[in-house]
Amino acid sequence: MPLAEIVFWLLAAFTIISASFVVLNNQLLYSAIALLFALFGVAGLYIFLWADFIAGIQLLVYIGGINVLIIFGIMLTNKISSVRLSQTNVQQGVGAVIALWLMILISLVISKTPWLQIDSSEPSGTVHAIGTLLLSKYLLPFEAISLLLLGALIGAALLSREAT
Amino acid sequence: MDQLNNYLYISAILFSLGTFAVMTRRNGIAVLMGVELILNAANLNFVAFSRFGGMNMDGHIFSLFVIVLAAAEAAVALAIVINIYNNLHTINVDDAAMMKE
Repeated sequence: MPLAEIVFWLLAAFTIISASFVVLNNQLLYSAIALLFALFGVAGLYIFLWADFIAGIQLLVYIGGINVLIIFGIMLTNKISSVRLSQTNVQQGVGAVIALWLMILISLVISKTPWLQIDSSEPSGTVHAIGTLLLSKYLLPFEAISLLLLGALIGAALLSREAT
Repeated sequence: MDQLNNYLYISAILFSLGTFAVMTRRNGIAVLMGVELILNAANLNFVAFSRFGGMNMDGHIFSLFVIVLAAAEAAVALAIVINIYNNLHTINVDDAAMMKE
């Protein structure tokens, strides 16, 4: 087995174990830290898929932005003196059955479908192609999403400020 | 590593773990973490199909948009969660069920 293959399977196992830690851990802050590792593993998988720019953005936006935001949220809303309650609701059994059923269903679909795979050579970099596409074919969605980000910024600031 | 199926299986597992978190967690922020896992599973699919579909860059653009939307969603959702905490002193999503006082 070549080294790259071993690294791939280690990375996949790392991602899935971290993600199950996120879901099953009772301590919210530990879940957030495990989410950091799960996102890191997904970034590694992106590199295996030759998506170097997306992997970099994943590190910057998800790990550097969203995860830090989530940890901030946990620390702002957690009372240290509060009684530690169970983190899961009564639907745990039903939820587990539905999630397992979903996973089996999707896995069946994946294994039954004859996927078309086109062999291609590894590009030297994806940044140039992504930049060209963003400013030509996808210019309108690009502008729309910048408007959406502005709206989200104003909305978040408006929601979280003190009522006067 | 050179098989599309492996990536799809990983993403299916991530997706079902995310749905499990969304369905069973009581804490609003934990539900948000489940949503992040689901979005990551979808993103992994986009990039995998892009890689095995002849290195078509459209999938990369779409996953970039998904990442931007996830950032906007996290910012607004955390603002809402902090507002709920200020009003109800809990972020249990089962308790925050009323529309007005």
